[in-house]
Amino acid sequence: MAKMNMLQAINNALDIAMGENDSTLCFGEDVGHFGGVFRATSGLQDKYGKSRCFNTPLVEQGIIGFANGLAAQGSRPIAEIQFADYIFPAFDQIVNEAAKFRYRSGNEFDVGKLTIRSPYGGGIAGGLYHSQSPEAYFAHTPGLKVVIPRNPYQAKGLLLASIRDDNPVIFFEPKRLYRASLGEVPEEDYQLPLGKAEVLQTGSDITLLAWGAQMEVLQKAADLAANNGISCEVIDLRSILPWDIETIANSVVKTGRLLVSQEAPLTAGFASEIAATIQQECFLHLESPIERVCGLDTPYPLALEKEYVSDHLKIYEAIKHSINF
Amino acid sequence: MSSELYNDGPVVHKPTFIDGSSVEIPELKILKQDGSVYTGSDMPDMDQALAVKVYKTFVFHRVLDERMVASQRQGRLSFYMAALGEEAASVGGAAGLKPQDMIMSQYREQGALMFRGFSLENFMNQMFSNEKDLGKGRQMPIHYGSSELNYMTISSPLGTQIPQATGYAYGQKLQGLDAVTLCYFGEGAASEGDFHAGLNMAAVHKAPVIFFCRNNGYAISTPSDEQFKGNGIASRGVGYGIKTLRVDGNDILAVIKATQTARKYALKENAPVLIEAMSYRLGAHSTSDDPSGYRTREEEAKWQANDPILRMKNWLLAQNWWDEDKEKALFEKLREKILAAVKVSEKISKPHIDTLITDVYDVPSTQLKAQLEQVKAHVNKYPEAYPFTAGKF
Repeated sequence: MAKMNMLQAINNALDIAMGENDSTLCFGEDVGHFGGVFRATSGLQDKYGKSRCFNTPLVEQGIIGFANGLAAQGSRPIAEIQFADYIFPAFDQIVNEAAKFRYRSGNEFDVGKLTIRSPYGGGIAGGLYHSQSPEAYFAHTPGLKVVIPRNPYQAKGLLLASIRDDNPVIFFEPKRLYRASLGEVPEEDYQLPLGKAEVLQTGSDITLLAWGAQMEVLQKAADLAANNGISCEVIDLRSILPWDIETIANSVVKTGRLLVSQEAPLTAGFASEIAATIQQECFLHLESPIERVCGLDTPYPLALEKEYVSDHLKIYEAIKHSINF
Repeated sequence: MSSELYNDGPVVHKPTFIDGSSVEIPELKILKQDGSVYTGSDMPDMDQALAVKVYKTFVFHRVLDERMVASQRQGRLSFYMAALGEEAASVGGAAGLKPQDMIMSQYREQGALMFRGFSLENFMNQMFSNEKDLGKGRQMPIHYGSSELNYMTISSPLGTQIPQATGYAYGQKLQGLDAVTLCYFGEGAASEGDFHAGLNMAAVHKAPVIFFCRNNGYAISTPSDEQFKGNGIASRGVGYGIKTLRVDGNDILAVIKATQTARKYALKENAPVLIEAMSYRLGAHSTSDDPSGYRTREEEAKWQANDPILRMKNWLLAQNWWDEDKEKALFEKLREKILAAVKVSEKISKPHIDTLITDVYDVPSTQLKAQLEQVKAHVNKYPEAYPFTAGKF
């Protein structure tokens, strides 16, 4: 075990992936010698050479188009989009190409070896173009997997699983935690399962569900609630697509209440999908309406970020609202 | 470092525009319409067997297009795209490659796939989206693909294959393969952002990819002079630092020569090549289109006189490699075979209902399996509403 921050854990996972397979490549804007604007790919070009870890031109649709071609050819591309806010020029290559490659060809071709990494989320004073959480757009696209880790240990194990998974995976990294989140991470190779949520704390009164950087906030709210005698079950969804309905439904059957928190805006966010599915699965077990604590339906603000985002106090209030319904 | 990338043009002390006239683009022509060859032409590497194979592919192409357009008119087929008048670009491109080279097409390059040996049954099963279609009946007619023949399955969104071809070729290079990727697209698709992304990345990352633009004058109804300014698509290649060839797209010998030359260069230098083949779409964009609304019969007649297939036939006859009896027999045989194949394929069952959820992921998710069971239960309840699948699972 070693103490690592999330960037070090990601760098370590990329190092393992490139070391085990000569056809694994890391590329994106400033990814080469500089090691990425957040330094997630530090040292990889020195170790594996310029042909396997390199800068690309500033063209997100090109980066993902190029990665799709590499993956179809049999290489294992790990493409970085510098900020999730800038993934949209590549939307067509992701949702119309990567996601449908296997299906449309009847499995004659696939891009299962593709992994897209991208820093996402707020909390770094990044305003509307360095803070977005676009996971719901991609969750609406069959054929993709969407994965979000909450800490360094999770980041390494989930990233290695994403790289080796035989489907295109978008791996969103909560950039607020890049250096802020420190933890014990095994130096050896390990994987964590995709499509499986993790129960972090068992409880009996309400289920609290989130992913990524919101897990920290959720835990804080659960602690506040505990001081007031409310027992929260805390779950990290980890995979947005496909998502682990069973674990969430089992928990809600037990607690009778569900709160979902996300940084993204309320309307048509992934919390909405969870709420719809869980009310279907657990209707007769629900004691109160499912709570969604989300960003406002506005672009991500700058000066008023604290007011906008779902924090532990907003979650705590929603917990009480649900309990007292 | 960066300034070294630029050539050292003259220093001027007054603002001095440059424009397309600074780049004069030659057009490669080898074969005249009467079947004779321009003096001093550099001939492609082609023996009698290859020449006859190319010509037989042409005839198959023309008969298939003719029969399938007719089938669509009869209501047997939902949609078709013919390539009348520009067959030399697709067949010639494939003929200039090796079988291990990947071909990524737009949608009007069935000639390349025919040359590679995709069977008549495979064409039919795809067009009738039946259970024998390699693509499992998921895409509209003409979206062919075959991993065995190194022909990437076609995708409707325009231009998306261009940066993919760059990536594919980069992978071929990294693995040290004796293989390149050839990427077809139309002059209209060259307006898409993916074109610029793909060419720029190929030049920067030195990918052995041949970008093959079929400039056929029209993107559905939009003529090329409303599509771009400047000197065609070829000048874009120059701008991206890519070796570029313009070729008479109705001249099969020139197309094969250009492709063979491009392949050699791409492999030797690990670098892309752009070929712009000048041609004309004599038919409609698709069976859903009627060109009489946007162009004149006089314009079409001018290009009819440039028929690439007749041009090659004239050359073959002059070589004594072909004759009118063979020609007649081949046309008749193919018309019969294709008509018979239509009758067989249109009766083959639709794909099994289970294929609704396969290939979305490598393995169907729990949610997908549950959704399929729901649909099956529903079909069983209302079988008369779902005649293709009811009673078949």
